[in-house]
Amino acid sequence: MRQRTTRRGTQRREENAEDSRRRHTLNVETSVIAYVFLALFLAMVAYFVYFMAFKSEDFINNPANPRVKGFEKLVVRGEIKAANGTVLARTVTRNGKEVREYPKGREYAHVVGFNSNGMSGIESDKSFYMLRSHSFIVNRIVNDLKNQKNPGDNVVTTLDTKLQDAAYNGMGYYQGAAVAIDCNTGGILAMVSKPDFDPNTVTTNWKNLSSDENSALLNRATQGLYPPGSTFKVITALSYLKNGGKLTDTFDCQGSYTEDGYTIHCYDGEVHGRQTFKQAFGNSCNVAFSKVGLSLPNGALKSTAQEFLFNKTIPSDISNIKKSQFTLKSSDSKALVMQTAIGQGNTLVTPLHMALISEAVANDGVIKEPFVVGHIENDGGRLVRSHVDRTERICTEGEASTLKQLMRYVVTNGTGRVVNSSSYTAYGKTGTAEFSSNKNEAHSWFIGFAKKGRKKIAVAVIMEKGGAGSSHAAPLAKKLFETYLSE
Amino acid sequence: MLHLVTEISRVTFIVIFAVFTYDCFNALKKNTSEDRARALYSRQTAMIYLFLVNGNLLLYFNTLEPKIFILALAEIVFVTIAMIIYRKIYESASPAVVNNMCMLLSIGFIMLTRLDQSKAIRQLFFACIALILTCVIPLFLSNVKLIKGLKLFYIVAGILLLGVVAVAGKMTYGAKINIRIGGVAIQPSEFVKILMVLFIACMLVTDVSRKQVFKTVVLCGLMILILAYSRDLGNAMIFYLTLLVMVYAATQKPVYLAGGTGLFVLAAFVGYFAFSHVRTRVIAWKDPLSVVDSAGYQISQSLFAIGSGGWFGTGLYQGMPKRIPVVETDFIFSAISEELGGLFALCLIFICIANFLMFFNIALKINNRFYKLIALGLGALYASQVFTTLGGVTKFIPSTGVTLPLISYGGSSLMATMLMFAMVEGLYQYRGDKEEADETKNYQERYTEKRRKR
Repeated sequence: MRQRTTRRGTQRREENAEDSRRRHTLNVETSVIAYVFLALFLAMVAYFVYFMAFKSEDFINNPANPRVKGFEKLVVRGEIKAANGTVLARTVTRNGKEVREYPKGREYAHVVGFNSNGMSGIESDKSFYMLRSHSFIVNRIVNDLKNQKNPGDNVVTTLDTKLQDAAYNGMGYYQGAAVAIDCNTGGILAMVSKPDFDPNTVTTNWKNLSSDENSALLNRATQGLYPPGSTFKVITALSYLKNGGKLTDTFDCQGSYTEDGYTIHCYDGEVHGRQTFKQAFGNSCNVAFSKVGLSLPNGALKSTAQEFLFNKTIPSDISNIKKSQFTLKSSDSKALVMQTAIGQGNTLVTPLHMALISEAVANDGVIKEPFVVGHIENDGGRLVRSHVDRTERICTEGEASTLKQLMRYVVTNGTGRVVNSSSYTAYGKTGTAEFSSNKNEAHSWFIGFAKKGRKKIAVAVIMEKGGAGSSHAAPLAKKLFETYLSE
Repeated sequence: MLHLVTEISRVTFIVIFAVFTYDCFNALKKNTSEDRARALYSRQTAMIYLFLVNGNLLLYFNTLEPKIFILALAEIVFVTIAMIIYRKIYESASPAVVNNMCMLLSIGFIMLTRLDQSKAIRQLFFACIALILTCVIPLFLSNVKLIKGLKLFYIVAGILLLGVVAVAGKMTYGAKINIRIGGVAIQPSEFVKILMVLFIACMLVTDVSRKQVFKTVVLCGLMILILAYSRDLGNAMIFYLTLLVMVYAATQKPVYLAGGTGLFVLAAFVGYFAFSHVRTRVIAWKDPLSVVDSAGYQISQSLFAIGSGGWFGTGLYQGMPKRIPVVETDFIFSAISEELGGLFALCLIFICIANFLMFFNIALKINNRFYKLIALGLGALYASQVFTTLGGVTKFIPSTGVTLPLISYGGSSLMATMLMFAMVEGLYQYRGDKEEADETKNYQERYTEKRRKR
């Protein structure tokens, strides 16, 4: 018994000694410090890898980067191709001088861009890659020995030539833009902006082009800011449903609605009478949507709009996409609230953004980051680098499914009937956007998507001064659906 | 032909350095047998020579100047002598530390020759001087009385040197860092750092009363304020972090660590709102491209270089690192990443990590409290400096312009770092079991006395 106590006593003394030794060795502190520094460094390593993988492109392609120009001495700038291999831009030698040639000219002018008098489009965004060479090593050695330039890598876009043809021809003489996106990938299938220009003669026509009052050089699909008109009702509708509204709620339309001395009319003086919310959406009833706008709590519409990327940079490999604008303050007049709810007011959107909104509905609430360059390959067609898909959820599956019902109703029973077809399932929303005090002049809008089997395509079409959406923009959308889904 | 050699070297450089890095971490693993570790170290040594040969060969092909061969020979001789010296003087020295030092020096030599030959030659000259000084370090370290006797000297010299720079220094890139004496630019802060570590160790070795800690912090704080006044924010941060770490370790009170971190955040906020030059740096950090022509110029050029180089680099002489201002000193990492590749740069970061882990590991093994504090302080110094510079040039943290130890051009930086490495190895050598008795006893007595009082 006694012995035991002693042993325990010794043990305790040993422990005390051990404890005291530990206290004086500073080993705990040293380890803590070492781990803190290690954590800091590993965070830096992770950041470095992240920068190299995702952020470096913003810097590489910046015009202030002096390196890109330097590569031109060693490499012949690569080609830009459509998805099927059709050459959209190439370098040819004329009179001993390298010049850029655009076989498809005006049709692809904005999306492909130009490389004289500055750069634009893909020519600018992917300049760095076209000036790098991953040609077969033996070729490079041979070129090197002969003191010849190496062939640069080629940029292969997601552009579908048939669809681009359809969009370009369909725009006719109207100014405006048409965008088509493959919903399964986010790849841009067609992108047309009018008025156009000939990229082959930019240098000779520079003076006219740069001072052109119609801004022919501007890519309206990504940089044109338009009032969305009734296409915005997709956002208003979602906001309404999120805040307790139901598809079966009823509205009474007498053709106009006045609040605080401001009157909103339905398009073309139509009177819709008693209708459900779903029917109001199908009829694009301004009276019903003005009431919806006024019923929404403060800030609700803005928060829904921002979830749908208003006031935000659209993530994409295309640079300089303008931010769509939405402002509505609690101090704003009821008139402005009503206007905003039907897509007038101060709201401005880019056509690409509107196509992306339809894509989100088509994809059950998920957007795929839009991109136009699918991959980069060497001169022999070997893959060098391919696009990495990135997705973002912007609304719930349930919300997207309700919006689908609404947009389907527009095509089957509403203002978008012209798009309906038995060979595919289409969804959409028309719009007629007033942009000046002259009520007879309005932009014609259509946004929507269609699917057949696994194929899904989202579009946005705007024809400036085209009048009602159903009469001009919708037929072009239909043509795009048919072209893509019958392939 | 040139192109071919360049293309092949793009791969070989990365492979050589990757093998080196792999061996470094493998040798550090606890369960590695001594024989295996020795084999790994020999392979590391081989990699250093291979790197020097490969690098200089490429330098020759590009410049076609025969003097590259002389330089190459000098570098190889230097590295060999450095290894022999360490093996002779510091018998139990860790070969890993020596190998890493030689590898980093070699990378510096090759990159500097590519950027500016005359600077490479000067760098080699400074390295030789530093190597001679390293031989004296053990004598100094073995004399604890002397180290402690100079306590007052450390702090007075430190404050004076930094004060002179603050008054007489020339403003370059928004900070006063150098003084010029007879045409030679000296950067005193590089040496003062080490003085501060010695000073803190002297102050807190036996007495960690609140009063003593307060005295230490005030005196070191004065140096940090002088640095901040000179707008040398990078060094101010390095000094501060080192002070913080040493006070925490010596007192063993986490409250100092927490309080110090809080104070750091507070100082950063006050600095941001009170001084426009601090704000400028933060703006340049958040979005350098928005101010690419002014405050964001340096960091943008650095990121252009790193980004354009990609994972595999452009190959030596194929990039445009000279577009980056002060690329030979503060931004040499960006030049390395551009021409030798992001993978190479990653290995470089890992070697730096291995270095400070080894420093702390040595600190763990030392029994003598005084030596332990010094080793710990030097480890913290090295780690914070590498973090400040690499974080700055990669835009992980705002850029403040400090040198990358052993690689950046600059006599002061190079000599100070080599002295640091020698000291850590020396401390390990003289981990001073003979001194341990009274050192630790002293501290223990105070500690227990205090307890009894309570």
